[in-house]
Amino acid sequence: MIRVSNVSHSIGGAPILHDISVEIPKGGITALIGPNGAGKSTLLSLIARLSSLKTGEIEVDGLQIGQVSDRELARHLAIMAQSTHVSARLRVEELVGFGRYPWHRGRPGPEDHAIVESAIARFGLGTMRHRFLDEISGGQRQRAFVAMAFAQDTDYLLLDEPLNNLDIAGARSLMRLLRQMADEDGKTIVIVLHDINYAARFADRIIALHEGRVAAMGAPQEIVTQDLLTDVFGTDAEISHQDGRPVVLV
Amino acid sequence: MQALAVLGPLAILSLFIGAVPVSLGDFLHDPDSQRLLLISRLPRTFAAMLAGAALAVSGQIMQILARNRFVEPMTAGAGQSAALGVLIAAMLFPATAIWAKMSIAALTTLIGSAGLLLILRPLPPTQPLLVPLVALIYGGLIGAVVTFIAYQGDMLQFIGVWLTGELSGVLAGRYELLWIAGVAAAATWLIADRLTVLALGTDAARGLGLNVQAITAAGLAALSVTTAMVVVTLGAIPFVGLIVPNIIARRMGDNLRRAIPVSAFTGAALVLAADILGRVLRAPYEIPVATLVGVVGAGVFLYLLYNEPRHG
Repeated sequence: MIRVSNVSHSIGGAPILHDISVEIPKGGITALIGPNGAGKSTLLSLIARLSSLKTGEIEVDGLQIGQVSDRELARHLAIMAQSTHVSARLRVEELVGFGRYPWHRGRPGPEDHAIVESAIARFGLGTMRHRFLDEISGGQRQRAFVAMAFAQDTDYLLLDEPLNNLDIAGARSLMRLLRQMADEDGKTIVIVLHDINYAARFADRIIALHEGRVAAMGAPQEIVTQDLLTDVFGTDAEISHQDGRPVVLV
Repeated sequence: MQALAVLGPLAILSLFIGAVPVSLGDFLHDPDSQRLLLISRLPRTFAAMLAGAALAVSGQIMQILARNRFVEPMTAGAGQSAALGVLIAAMLFPATAIWAKMSIAALTTLIGSAGLLLILRPLPPTQPLLVPLVALIYGGLIGAVVTFIAYQGDMLQFIGVWLTGELSGVLAGRYELLWIAGVAAAATWLIADRLTVLALGTDAARGLGLNVQAITAAGLAALSVTTAMVVVTLGAIPFVGLIVPNIIARRMGDNLRRAIPVSAFTGAALVLAADILGRVLRAPYEIPVATLVGVVGAGVFLYLLYNEPRHG
C-alpha cells in the first residue's frame, strides 16, 4: 500500500500540492488524472522520491520515503520517468539488463540473466534485443523501458505519462501490457495519464487532481462524470458508456 | 581488438622514428642506441599512449556527466583550468616540488569541471547544441583568464608550453605523472556499470538505486586527474576526448564496461599515430601532436555533427 499523508509541495515558491492525503491499495492500476498543472507528476515524483518531500509523509509498503535509502527502495518500487529520451546508446537487452542493477549492483548472476530473458520474451523484444534504442520505434522503446522496470522485479511500478508520443496502437498495447502485469503478476501500478479515456478503460481506480488537491477518487464508473469534466477539466464534453465503463466523447 | 591490432605495430614503429635513425640491430647491440631507447623513445611512446587513453576515457566520462556528446575536457574548461593551476603554482609557489604543482593543477581542474556541470545544469535538454556552445565559451573564458594573468606576469611564453600539447620534451623521468592519468582512467572501468546507469538520466539512475552524487563525484575526480596530468606533463591536447568516444558510441554503443577499454586503446592509437606523423612530416623538425590532432579532430568533429543520425 502507498500511503500519502498531508503532503504539500511547492516549487520555487509556487504551491503545487495542498495537503494531499490518499491511500493507494496494493494491486491493480491506479491512474492519476487531472488538467495540466494539477500536480499529478509532482505527486508521482514525490512518491518515487525523485523530488524531496518537504511537508507531509509518504509510505510505500511501510517504507518511509525520505528515510529509506535509494538502494533499498529500488527493490520495492520501479519508476518509468516521463522522458525516456536517453542520451546513452544502449542495446535493448542491455537496457533491460540494467533493470537488475538494484539486485546485483554490477555483478549479474544466473538468476539475473534468467529474469532478463523472461522479460525480453514476455514483452516481445526477442527480435530487437541486439538493436540500439535509437534504432527502434517510440512504441518499441517504451516497451523496452517497461520490460526494464519489469526486470527490476518490484511490487510497485510508477509511470509518468508513458503514452506521450505513442500512436494509438502503441498506447493500447502498452496499457494492455500494464494490465497484464497487474492481473497476472500482482503488480501495483500507479500511472499518470493525460487521456481520461485510457484511465477509464484500463484503470481499477482513478485519482483526479485539481489545482493541487484531490478532486475525486474511486472506480472509473463512479468518478468519470459530467460534473468531473466540468469542475476539474473545465470542459463540457459528453460521456457515454461502453461495457459498463465511461467513455468521454471528445 | 581492432584498436589493439593497430596500436601494437604503431608502438613498435614509434620506437624507430625520430631525429636519430636506428635499426633493430642497433637496439640489440649498440649501447648508445639502447640508451636512446630507454631515455627517449620508450618513454615517448608510453607517454603518447597513456595520454591518448586517458584523454579518450576522460572525454567519455565528461559526456556522461554533461549528458551531451559534444563536450570534452580540453575544450570545456578542464584543460584551461589545469593550465590555470600550473600558472598559479608557478607564480605563487615557484619553488615547490612537481607533485605539489600537479596537485594544484588537479584541484583547479576539479573546480573548473564542477563549475561547468553547475552552469550546464539549467540548460534545457531539448537544445543539445547549447551545451557544447556554453562549454566552449566557458573554456574560452577560463583560457582568457589564464592568458591575462600570464600576460600580466610576463609568463606568456611559459604558459604557451601548456596550451599546446607536444611530446618532443618527453624523456625518462619527465613523463611518469602520466601513469597516474593511466591508472585513473583504468579505475573508471571499475565503476563502468554505474556510469552507464548514470547515463540513463538522473531520475532513472536514482530509480535503480544508484548513488548519483557519489558516482558524479567519482567521475569528476577521474576526469580531473587525467586531464590535469596530461596538461602538466604534455600540455593541452584537444579533440581526442571528443572524437574517440563518439566513434566508439556509434560502433558499439554506450555500455561502458565494453566501451571504456576500446575507447582507451583507440585514443592511445590516435595520439601515438599523430605523434609519429608529427615526427615524420617535417623531419628533423616536429609538429606538435596537439596541432595535428586539432586539424584532424576538427574535421572529424564536423563530420560527426553533420552526420548525427539521431537526436542529441
